[in-house]
Amino acid sequence: MSWAGNVLRVNLTNGTCASEPLNMEWAHQYLGQRGLATKYLTEEIDPKVDPLSPDNKLIMTTGPLTGTSASTAGRYSVVTKGALTGAIACSNSGGFFGNEMKNAGWDMIIFEGRSPDPVYLLVENDSAKLIDAGDYWGKSVWDTEEGLKAKHQDPLIRVASIGVSGEKGCKFACVVNDMDRAAGRSGVGAVMGSKNLKAVAIRGTRGVSVKDMPRFLGAVADGKAVLAENAVTGQGLPTYGTQVLMNVINEVGALPTRNHRDVQFEGASSISAEAMAEPRRSDGKPNLVTNAACFGCTIGCGRVSTIDRTHYTVKDRPEYQKASGGLEYEAAWALGAATGVGDLDALTFANFICNEQGMDPISFGATVGAAMELYEDGVITDSETGGIAVKFGSAEALTTIAELTGRGEGFGQEIGLGSKLLCEKYGRPELSMSVKGQEFPAYDSRGIQGMGLTYATSNRGACHLRSYTVASEVLGIPEKTDPLVTDGKAGLVKAFQDATAVFDSLGICIFTSFAWTLENVAPQVDAACEGEWSVDRLLEAGERIWNLERKFNLDAGFTDKDDNLPQRLLKDAAKTGPAEGLTNGLDKMLPEYYEVRGWTPEGVPSNETMARLGL
Amino acid sequence: MHRSLHIDPEKCTGCVQCELACSYDNEGAFNISKSRIQVFKFEDEGRFVPYTCTQCDEAWCMRACPVDAISVDAATGAKIVSDALCVGCKVCTIACPFGTINYNSDTGKVIKCDLCEGEPECVKACPTDALTYIDANMTGLERMRNWAARTDAGASATS
Repeated sequence: MSWAGNVLRVNLTNGTCASEPLNMEWAHQYLGQRGLATKYLTEEIDPKVDPLSPDNKLIMTTGPLTGTSASTAGRYSVVTKGALTGAIACSNSGGFFGNEMKNAGWDMIIFEGRSPDPVYLLVENDSAKLIDAGDYWGKSVWDTEEGLKAKHQDPLIRVASIGVSGEKGCKFACVVNDMDRAAGRSGVGAVMGSKNLKAVAIRGTRGVSVKDMPRFLGAVADGKAVLAENAVTGQGLPTYGTQVLMNVINEVGALPTRNHRDVQFEGASSISAEAMAEPRRSDGKPNLVTNAACFGCTIGCGRVSTIDRTHYTVKDRPEYQKASGGLEYEAAWALGAATGVGDLDALTFANFICNEQGMDPISFGATVGAAMELYEDGVITDSETGGIAVKFGSAEALTTIAELTGRGEGFGQEIGLGSKLLCEKYGRPELSMSVKGQEFPAYDSRGIQGMGLTYATSNRGACHLRSYTVASEVLGIPEKTDPLVTDGKAGLVKAFQDATAVFDSLGICIFTSFAWTLENVAPQVDAACEGEWSVDRLLEAGERIWNLERKFNLDAGFTDKDDNLPQRLLKDAAKTGPAEGLTNGLDKMLPEYYEVRGWTPEGVPSNETMARLGL
Repeated sequence: MHRSLHIDPEKCTGCVQCELACSYDNEGAFNISKSRIQVFKFEDEGRFVPYTCTQCDEAWCMRACPVDAISVDAATGAKIVSDALCVGCKVCTIACPFGTINYNSDTGKVIKCDLCEGEPECVKACPTDALTYIDANMTGLERMRNWAARTDAGASATS
């Protein structure tokens, strides 16, 4: 308790499913989910393996708190070697799939090999079988999920699947569950597609138990109260969603715009949370229908949206006139500011397509932004784009390319390479706004210095969810630091990275950390899980996990040279806003970071550090 | 005075904390598949609707039961299934027009909402007050109040 204690091993090459006990010694060192699956992966694959070869493995994994009543405890992750990055990938998703997997009695499902033909995995508690997916291959996530529920006559089945983009090897394909929740980043959907695995459908009815139920219920109630009373988790996120940030980040001059040429977007307010709540002219209804919660979440930041029925994207297309997953901040930024498009309905449509066909909207939008710069510089022309005028600010270009990329057709195949390969292909590698092949999210590191170090050192490539120093540098959580200076950021980044690894490995959502510290988390873990769980023990596990991921990447061939940022952020100063005249001071932060990590000046964990963490 | 479990779908976010609470109270584990209250998500409309037994006065389930395993809890008005008497014939699940009494194949008995002896766990767990436990004789009070506020006199009284 509260691990289920079981691993389902699925060999796709042989078509076999087998149960084995969870390695509890590892669970006590690496918690679950992100940490524990990374431990399994590092033990089982060669880090140098081609991510899309049968020798790579893909692990779906829950955390020890997944399926309990702890707030937000429905998370699961997909861990593999990323198709986009070639680095360790761990993509975390909410919705209801994680709970179903845990209720079926599995901490982890390990997929190995490659099926000769498309298949899906059906799990009903302890029964698991691979079934021919010929009827679903070539179909969208939405059609696959609905089709599997209908076929098995069970609307309570939970499904995680890939869309056509994942089948066709789009480098930023994701795995989507519950229609619009995604294990989004690093191309985990492309890995799933390379294995000819279309979907995983699960029904679990066994229940999840904890070590000490009365104590657990008390700790959970305390945690929920903290979330309810906090301004971000109790008011900001339920009301505005993550989109509460659009105008805020634009104001601080850290909203990367038009492929990071600018740091403020003149159209920010038209794609903001406030705009989503504004009644539109055609029918008097706002874009935002309601907020929505993932399993067990007492925050409820999810957005459910509709598109104006008269908008060009959905006119005469009733299938897109229904309510569906709306814009989160990251998606709104990538589809909007990064491309210079200020049309809220166009962004919502592109977001629907990303959900429908299983694409990461961050990498998709950012890659379109890079393509727009290539096009405006005359590097690619109508002959490459198939006649689409891929100009900054063009909503038509954005939505057309979204559909093409989702289906892996025409110019969409080029976009599906991701910005790094696309820009390299056309001789302009410097235009890819990425680290380790993964595109930046929605914070410009010239205006928020700590995020530069966050991106450069993130183990899964550029990412805001590995150490969200925005919380400190902009929002003042847990304490305010100056976003324009580099001093003190090395220690800040390390602290965020280690704590985040804990949240990600337990089955809870990182958004709780706006209100919770590990002081709020430890009592819940300690009451739920066998063993004794203090803040210190959790933090040590977080640091261990970070170093294990780092070691995987070093063994895969990454070096300190890859802890870097594109020249644009290091040489071209921000043109406007509070950070005007500033570049990112990575060179000042990185050596100090290596030092506080206990790594060599070359960024390798020292023998002492490895020994201290039991690695 | 009896109280009623009152459901306001407008306030529901679909978090299923109610289902979690219901299942641990009745099953001793977190298992929403065994929850007596279920939240339905109407995907295309963006609506979440919790649903459970309304505790009918003339309860079809109780009338249909051939072994008198279902009785009334006088304190709460809840219709209670006696596990000792239930033979798992499932006739009640056919009789109930609302589908809110269901068979549990793990135990061979039927399960339904019993209002937790007057302290419904789902209500305590709901973070948005979509579920409340209110005077059974005044379940329309909040709606009446909202309409009252819209009348001219009400509007001037509240302004």
